[in-house]
Amino acid sequence: MNTEAKYTAALAGNPNVGKSTVFNGLTGLKQHTGNWAGKTVEGAVGYFTADGDVVCLVDVPGTYSLTPHSPDEKVAADFITAEGEDAPNGIIAVCDACSLERGLAFVLEIINTAKPVLVCVNLIDEAKKRGITVDAEGLEKRLKVPVVLCAARQGVGLDLLKKRFAELMRSAWERPEIIRDTADEAKRIFTECVTVEGDPHTRDVKLDRIFTGRWTAVPISLVLCAVVFFITLRGSAPITDALTWLFSHVESAVRDLLALAALPQTVVSLVCDGVLRVTFWVVAVMSPPMAIFFPLFTFLEDLGYFPRVAYNYDRCFACCGSCGKQSLTMLMGLGCNAVGVTGCRIIDSPRERLIAILTNSFMPCNGRFPVLAVFAAVLASSMGIGSSSVFTTLCISAALAAGIFATLGVSKLLSVTWLKGTASAFTVEMPPFRFPKLGDVLVRSFFDRILKILWRAVAVSVPAGAVIWLFGNISVNGVSILEYLVRLFDPIARCAGMDGVMLTSFVLALPASEITVPLMMMGYTSGGVLAGTGEAAAVTHFLTQAGWTPLTAVCAMVFTLFHWPCSTTLITVYKETKKLRYAAASVIIPTAVGYLTCVLLNLLFS
Amino acid sequence: MEKRLCDLKTGDTSEIVSSAHMEAAMACRLSELGFTEGATVRCVGKSPLGGMKAYLVKGAVIALRDRDAADISVNVQTSER
Repeated sequence: MNTEAKYTAALAGNPNVGKSTVFNGLTGLKQHTGNWAGKTVEGAVGYFTADGDVVCLVDVPGTYSLTPHSPDEKVAADFITAEGEDAPNGIIAVCDACSLERGLAFVLEIINTAKPVLVCVNLIDEAKKRGITVDAEGLEKRLKVPVVLCAARQGVGLDLLKKRFAELMRSAWERPEIIRDTADEAKRIFTECVTVEGDPHTRDVKLDRIFTGRWTAVPISLVLCAVVFFITLRGSAPITDALTWLFSHVESAVRDLLALAALPQTVVSLVCDGVLRVTFWVVAVMSPPMAIFFPLFTFLEDLGYFPRVAYNYDRCFACCGSCGKQSLTMLMGLGCNAVGVTGCRIIDSPRERLIAILTNSFMPCNGRFPVLAVFAAVLASSMGIGSSSVFTTLCISAALAAGIFATLGVSKLLSVTWLKGTASAFTVEMPPFRFPKLGDVLVRSFFDRILKILWRAVAVSVPAGAVIWLFGNISVNGVSILEYLVRLFDPIARCAGMDGVMLTSFVLALPASEITVPLMMMGYTSGGVLAGTGEAAAVTHFLTQAGWTPLTAVCAMVFTLFHWPCSTTLITVYKETKKLRYAAASVIIPTAVGYLTCVLLNLLFS
Repeated sequence: MEKRLCDLKTGDTSEIVSSAHMEAAMACRLSELGFTEGATVRCVGKSPLGGMKAYLVKGAVIALRDRDAADISVNVQTSER
């Protein structure tokens, strides 16, 4: 914690009350605000100035009470109830003006901890639109703590909140009486201070009739999914080509520059053919789909669509003995498996949480989409049909369907064998649909997701490029290390419809799946030099030339979908479970599924 | 008329009578979500594949699996169908 901060405050509240928006509004940080329970997986820390004093604000995960049920909620409860040095000086309790009765019950529970509390009734603008009026003075009198009405998205009430918080910190805090029945008291205060005109929920109930309707829910989710992939693939192709063109010029410029500096040819080749080629390939192929996918994904997330997905498809999860929230962690995994694994903290039951963690890598993450897209294009061209965005979209949708199917199958298998048990209770809150601010969606997906993931991929590709160049160029008895590896893996790979180069590439791409394709190309040229940072068409042509049949391409796609997760995800699994055997299982399970499927395909179709 | 919460039809409004048969941890979680004795609950939808229903309680929409909602008994008041 910052030593300059005079006070530490915890920002507490139920999920979906706009807590993160309040946090961003107060601190100016751009923290991602989700619209589903348990979005704040780890507490964010920011600072604001209240009447001259610096306050350190800790955003704790959203929770319904101080009795934690999931690891995520335990973090929140522990921080709020902490005593001694780590204890926060005050609590800012955020409530949703539209579901104030429930929020008040939690506020009363916090007041019972005897820490100074300030209540922030958020989303007051939305409440007004719905015909809900909140009497702030009445609340203040009855709760005996300061109450501020806010509309954090519009920045309304935040300055007052800061001022009132400073006053609260400076005044002598009187320990209030313990309230025994918080739910009862909350109901009494609610009826006295809040007036509701008409039915505030008509709009959402109508929208839910479409998004979760009996005949419309499934088609809408499928169409949304296809549209997201289509836009991503269609939109990213020209950007990738442009970046490739740009990078090829940068590369030759660097080459000339290094030659001018009279560096040995080996060094020039290491830098240009090893490091730069792999790095540029990763950036050119990975960043465009991310730049399109993440804003679309964030938009749906902020709209409040994801909890509806959990609701619509819960039956599948219930049948497989797993938690309905697993669909949420699967969606997170679609962006990045490491995030998905961390996100499993929202699952209450340890058994179900473990199932969700171990099966998360069945969802193809953003690093694997471009790889799948390349293989889909090779499949199209090896079958003699022109590659098109529609065909690629179909292939990726099929891959996703296979991933979902495998997740459910393996979850079921685990819950009747290793992780035996029945599905525990599952509840999901469906927040009101809130149309996201488009600017925020763009800014946040860029800074929180794209930059983070891209930076990691680049940080991995630089050393990986160098190592692979060395593998390809250091020879023992006239045979390069890469060639030895290829020969070692060749028989294992042949059984599964692939070849040694492919399997070697998958193994070497452990740090980041994105580099699989450039590795394969380097392996095929066997000179240890990555053949051109080719455009999509050139890569396709190259792999078809390397003797790929439609079966090879299909096996490559299957194995891309089902093999060990990247090293970051593995480390995350270990951190989350604290057991090496679970990290090992997260490697063995998907690899076994992928390898056996490939062997089966090879037996059936070769 | 007393019923189980999971037997409500979309549009039915009811008052919670008790959740006595429920496992303690789940009963605690549900009361935090607003399913307390005496609370007014309206069933606002059924999941398309079945097995879950959505309830409006204390201003929020919460979905429960029918298996869990079976342990809550309610008093049906009105039905707007």
